[in-house]
Amino acid sequence: MNSITEPAVAVDPLESFLDREYSAGFVTDIESVTIPKGLSEDTIRLLSAKKGEPEFMLEWRLSAYRHWLTMSLPEWAKVSFPPVDFQDIIYYSAPKSKKDGPKSLDEVDPELLRTYEKLGVPLHERARLAGVAVDAVFDSVSVATTFRKQLADVGVIFCSFSEAVKEHPDLVRKYLGTVVPPGDNFYAALNSAVFSDGSFVFIPKGVRCPMELSTYFRINAQDTGQFERTLIIAEEGASVSYLEGCTAPMRDENQLHAAVVELVALDDARIKYSTVQNWYPGDKDGKGGIYNFVTKRGDCRGARSHISWTQVETGSAITWKYPSVILRGDDSTGEFYSVALSNHRQQADTGTKMIHMGRNTRSTIISKGISAGYGSNTYRGLVRVTPKAENARNYTQCDSLLIGKRCAAHTFPTMEVQNPTASVEHEATASRIGEDQLFYAMQRGLSAEDAVSMIVNGFCKEVFKELPMEFAVEAQNLLGVSLEGSVG
Amino acid sequence: MLSIKDLHASVEDKAILRGLSLNVNAGEVHAIMGPNGSGKSTLSQVLAGRQDYKVESGSVEWMGQDLLSMSIEDRARSGLFLAFQYPIEIPGVSNAYFLRASVNAARRHQGLPELDAMDFIKRVKAEMKAVGMKEEFLYRSVNEGFSGGEKKRNEVLQMTLLEPKLAILDETDSGLDIDALKVVADGVNRLRSPERALIVITHYQRLLDYIVPDFVHVLSGGRIVRSGGRELALELEERGYGWVKELAAGQKTTGEGASA
Repeated sequence: MNSITEPAVAVDPLESFLDREYSAGFVTDIESVTIPKGLSEDTIRLLSAKKGEPEFMLEWRLSAYRHWLTMSLPEWAKVSFPPVDFQDIIYYSAPKSKKDGPKSLDEVDPELLRTYEKLGVPLHERARLAGVAVDAVFDSVSVATTFRKQLADVGVIFCSFSEAVKEHPDLVRKYLGTVVPPGDNFYAALNSAVFSDGSFVFIPKGVRCPMELSTYFRINAQDTGQFERTLIIAEEGASVSYLEGCTAPMRDENQLHAAVVELVALDDARIKYSTVQNWYPGDKDGKGGIYNFVTKRGDCRGARSHISWTQVETGSAITWKYPSVILRGDDSTGEFYSVALSNHRQQADTGTKMIHMGRNTRSTIISKGISAGYGSNTYRGLVRVTPKAENARNYTQCDSLLIGKRCAAHTFPTMEVQNPTASVEHEATASRIGEDQLFYAMQRGLSAEDAVSMIVNGFCKEVFKELPMEFAVEAQNLLGVSLEGSVG
Repeated sequence: MLSIKDLHASVEDKAILRGLSLNVNAGEVHAIMGPNGSGKSTLSQVLAGRQDYKVESGSVEWMGQDLLSMSIEDRARSGLFLAFQYPIEIPGVSNAYFLRASVNAARRHQGLPELDAMDFIKRVKAEMKAVGMKEEFLYRSVNEGFSGGEKKRNEVLQMTLLEPKLAILDETDSGLDIDALKVVADGVNRLRSPERALIVITHYQRLLDYIVPDFVHVLSGGRIVRSGGRELALELEERGYGWVKELAAGQKTTGEGASA
């Protein structure tokens, strides 16, 4: 008897793990109101008129647009893509509706409700996620916001940005652009000119928001860019936890998503902002996918204020995103927890900026980059301690996990310390999912898939535990993992 | 239970096992001894299904099946357990999770209901006490930051929980002081039963004072060059491995195996 047999694991377990389908890639067949492609002052006037905006908003947009015209594309990021033709994009597309915007869920097109249900975000009363209020943004408009009444009872404003402009113009004027100025960078300027909708959150003094707030962004229409704007204000002693999710259909063309998020925390306020980003990443060969060029920044304006960013970035063809915190108030704290996965031809250049200005300010950065396939994953971070920031402290940890042999991981940490009392720590590791680890787990009876999931999940644990429960489960599922830690 | 016939295996085109034969029946404890580089660890890795090792020829029958055509996890789930010489660390994955996942993988395979968290914890705590592990090890990441002795205890704990039909201990004694060695040996001895077989791979006879084998095989040059009872281990201790190498040279052409 002479049996020469290879062990029966013919397929590379890592490869098969990474070849999972994108489940949110369907298209909703719905009639839309769309403006022609192209960008000019006329486009902006048309857009602003469609939204019925007050004059100040149009002026703000136009000045941002004029500034944008003078700017050039940022080229420092470690990503490469063919030039984007900004005249070949539709800047406004909204599902057709009888009125300006639905006032109640009964007025929302059932097709839209089905779309969100399919995405696991039911909006109708009975099936709503317990304890989570949702603002559903579809292409360029918000189609529904749940639990508004309950929130209004405690003074919390949670509505679409378009409504805020009309109903709370003073608050919008007071805070819009104060964290990310219109001319901050190329994409932020573009967003300021053409942003179509987004969420607005205002938590008044002393109020703890009684439920999680969330926005679910969905790009549906073809050739359309999504430019949303989110503004969250927590007054003195207020606190809020906000979640953001994103998906898009699978299309062969790249689509642009250029968002701006501004957070303002006054004295003793706390804002926790969590993102699970699952934009369509393109196919195996890098065809299609979302260009995700986002400016997110929080301003710890008040003393003892706290802003925490948690992001799980699994989608997008290109991610260019640096959620940052300006630690202006004394004793304020900033946090950044990130998992970024780049598989196939995905490119992610992401990280954070922690700008220490107040005294006794503290920041923590935990970044986990996972590269697989031909993916490229870059951490880019800046920790700046300004001359007056006495006793600033930062701890940074950047870990990279490589899966397979063709991917890449890069780390570009920058520290600018201008005060001698500062303490800044940086740790970085890079590891490969080892044959050893896989073999060990499989020798204990785990399938290859479960073994990879378990190892990846273990790697991300420090970040996942920062996510609110509902999102932690989604994030783990996104990485194809079973719920680790259910024992103990 | 296990029947290895004329097994040849190589790693990176270098032949390591060169015609190894061995029979193991239920209830038996076999010790495999040999100098460094004789193929002891290769044997354990090939049996467990490590892909870096290429089987060139020969056969391995396991519980009536062709072992070499089985996947790594199916070998494990059907009751083949390898206690690693160097247990692997898995950061961020709690020992409790890992242990339960592996126990339930085996239970599913055997058509048994999975253990829920409560039942599992109860069982694992009792077994931990027996191998002298503190409960905190349940909540620490798999093997991360464990001392050599703690890692080996963790292997014995896994073995106890998985109740394998055949356990292969790959130099489990290496790096252990005498107290840890006793604890580990006690754990292994508790597993001895008429339904279960053990293959104990070791460089030193010391371990065999505590885990007394029924058969001792001497491995050299990728073949078993001599088999005997436990007195063979003592003889080796006395005469060293130089003598074995001569034996191997003498047997180069015969390829004689050993069967127990």
